Amino acid sequence: MLHYDIVIIGGGPAGLAAAVSAKQSGVESILVLERDKELGGILNQCIHNGFGLHTFKEELTGPEYAQRFIDQLLEEKIEYKLHTMVMDITSDKVITAMNREEGLFEIEAKTVILAMGCRERSRGALNIPGYRPAGVFSAGTAQRLVNMEGYMPGREVVILGSGDIGLIMARRMTLEGAKVKVVAELLPYSGGLKRNIVQCLDDFDIPLKLSHTVIAVEGKERVEGITLAQVDANRRPIPGTEEHYKCDTLLLSCGLIPENELSRGLGIDMDMVTSGPIVNESLETNVEGIFACGNVLHVHDLVDFVSEEAVAAGRNAAKFVLEGKKEATSKDIPLVATEGARYTVPKTINVDRMEEKQIVRFRVGDVYKNCYSSVYINGERVLHKKRIIMAPGEMEEVILTKELLSSKGDIQEIVVKVEEA
Amino acid sequence: MYDVIVIGAGVSGSASARELSRYNLNTLVLERDEDVCCGTSKANSAIAHAGFDAEVGSLMAKLNVEGNLMMDELSKDLDFSFKRIGSLVVCMNERDRGALEDLMARGVANGVQDLRIVERKELEEMEPNISNEAVMALFAPTGGIVCPFDLNLAMAENAVDNGVKFQFDTQVTGFRKENDLWVVETNKGELTAKYIVNAAGVFADTLHNMVSENKMKITPRKGEYCLLDKTTGGFVNHTIFQLPDKMGKGVLVTPTVHGNTLVGPTSLDIEDKEATSTTQDGLDTVIAKSSRTVKNLPMRQVITSFSGLRAHEAGHEFIIGEVADAKNFIDCAGIESPGLTSAPAIGKMVAGIVAELANAELKSDFIGTRVGIIDPKKLTKAEQMALIQEKPAYGNIICRCEMVTEGEIIDAITRPLGAKSLDGVKRRTRSGMGRCQGGFCAPRVMEIISREKNMDIAEVTKSGGNSKLIVGVNKDTI
Repeated sequence: MLHYDIVIIGGGPAGLAAAVSAKQSGVESILVLERDKELGGILNQCIHNGFGLHTFKEELTGPEYAQRFIDQLLEEKIEYKLHTMVMDITSDKVITAMNREEGLFEIEAKTVILAMGCRERSRGALNIPGYRPAGVFSAGTAQRLVNMEGYMPGREVVILGSGDIGLIMARRMTLEGAKVKVVAELLPYSGGLKRNIVQCLDDFDIPLKLSHTVIAVEGKERVEGITLAQVDANRRPIPGTEEHYKCDTLLLSCGLIPENELSRGLGIDMDMVTSGPIVNESLETNVEGIFACGNVLHVHDLVDFVSEEAVAAGRNAAKFVLEGKKEATSKDIPLVATEGARYTVPKTINVDRMEEKQIVRFRVGDVYKNCYSSVYINGERVLHKKRIIMAPGEMEEVILTKELLSSKGDIQEIVVKVEEA
Repeated sequence: MYDVIVIGAGVSGSASARELSRYNLNTLVLERDEDVCCGTSKANSAIAHAGFDAEVGSLMAKLNVEGNLMMDELSKDLDFSFKRIGSLVVCMNERDRGALEDLMARGVANGVQDLRIVERKELEEMEPNISNEAVMALFAPTGGIVCPFDLNLAMAENAVDNGVKFQFDTQVTGFRKENDLWVVETNKGELTAKYIVNAAGVFADTLHNMVSENKMKITPRKGEYCLLDKTTGGFVNHTIFQLPDKMGKGVLVTPTVHGNTLVGPTSLDIEDKEATSTTQDGLDTVIAKSSRTVKNLPMRQVITSFSGLRAHEAGHEFIIGEVADAKNFIDCAGIESPGLTSAPAIGKMVAGIVAELANAELKSDFIGTRVGIIDPKKLTKAEQMALIQEKPAYGNIICRCEMVTEGEIIDAITRPLGAKSLDGVKRRTRSGMGRCQGGFCAPRVMEIISREKNMDIAEVTKSGGNSKLIVGVNKDTI
């Protein structure tokens, strides 16, 4: 059996940043396990720019952004294994992994950082009726084919879902010579970043049809066309609004799902809203010494925030290894997301264990204009941040300081909400 | 020239071919699709029915019960997944007790063993998620679940091991008689045989009507299903049917041999024999009806939906035998549910008919067993280690949802009747059958197919024919 202080599951942006941060926080014995053929995770297929504006104050492509962290990992001489699949993790932190060279092997860890990322919602999960021909791809699968393998998955494309990958792929397919006919979105608003709608759709005259969905896929062997229809407030197709599009490809960008099969297997409590683990201020799950960060915890909009969160997870895991879990006299204060706020990460804060500044991230459930993100402690409003626009596609954050929380005495709960102006 | 040409490589055709391969007969199976198990055999409830449904005295009843009883041994011999988990027919109203008892009586008359009626209390213990309305159920311990792909493949591969040939992508367009021999006209030229077995599923009537004046009509009866993620494993423990009542015929809820939950089917007669599309209405119906059987089925966990076409003949009976006005032409038609269950018995019956007509003799060197694709998950750790050491590809996970290794995929492609397409690999290994539905593994499986078959990746298809996944390279039209 191998032994490490920290084992990080996943060598994508979250795993890389967590590893570097843990090392820089003083832990020597770290291992990163990556199932793919290289480090960097999904960033390797994100060859467009726009990454790193927050972290590096410059616009990098996905692979460039990943390389910054890979370089740090190599400089720090952090160990990693590629082509290595984690099969199982026990609650006492014994990891069973597998690769071609070593076969099945076990690793005992003092702490584990979960950084497995997320997957795309499939056609099946969307229950789109019709045939099941070739030519229906999730946007990410198409992105891999085009950006990493150089293959065109189709010529005439309809995209369902306006998640960021779908928007990015609308532009990519256009640049590679395909005709993107329309992007349809079930909801009355886009799930993607505003900047992507402008740069990937508007700039290429690709129409975005909100409150529309695919009601039929035609073609028995290869997609030959799809039918769109407008949906009502209950998201049911409205008869008479059908429009037919001739196409050979349907790309789906209808949401991302954190990949938590390993987490569930080891008994981690999950948040029904995020589909990620429930974590405390240290990004630690209910299983002591197991931390989570990045898209496995909750789906992020920008990789910069993934890195930032992962740095905190790495630092906290290192602290756990070096100092043990800090005794706390204070209790875990629950964070409650309500009135527009759908969830918060973390879900509890312990004032004794928190750092000077605690970032609380959340998403809203609708589009809000000229409003405030507010925090209430024991019924008293302590933060009131003006927001010109808030949308479900963009992550929000508020920062709570130890100073503030310490000054409030016995706190029952911290409420995060959206308030209209 | 062949002794026998079997038309259709579905479960009936493959079972017939396997049983025919016991005899000294030169047999060919023709299939219009690119693989075995591409029609009704791949899209059904995956149930080994106990046998209480079919009419007493019918061929359907006889072959159902026989087929069901053959499953244990056959699954061991041919290495396919089968579990005898038992089935329940749930009754929602005390006043339907009589109907449930009638069903039981029919089962007893059909020779189904160990049938009994369980009352609410016991039913709840057996199925904690059973609907609150359920008052009792008919329990058939002999009911089971089977992997339909595996069953079909296992019989076809075993037939190959015993000398049967398969020819794919071959569509029969006509027949003619020449010197007492059947000449089969196809899109790939003409083939000759002494005997024809018509196991063409929903197209069996088309073939039958080419040779007979007594016309047959097979109606495709569409059934739509939803498949739920393995996280729902254990939601039900048995195959649960609803007793048809004034609310109509219900849908079944069942575990699959791989630990998913399957819900369906609907039932709609259609005209188009290839209309295997799902519909909004159908999927809505499945979801609505399932809630009558069980409570709080987590429909958020649906990972895919599909539809299959039952080959329904008006008399709702299997039609197996030599066609009266077409000598040496044997129909194996109207094979709808419980066709999958009955397949082993159907194969025996068909082979028996042909053997008698041909005066064929049993071979002495028949190989009765087949070894399936190794599933490393079923090995001990030590066995798995040894396997990876010998073949490192078994240490490389390709499908992360179903944990399928490269070793299994290579085996699926390179074995007899090997997979040629993504769906072919999927049916054999489950790669792409999990919760991400091939999102991650599809490009990698395409790579492995192109490497193992030494073909351009652009030629790799989803399911043969024109189902190509790649249409060109970047910027090739600019």
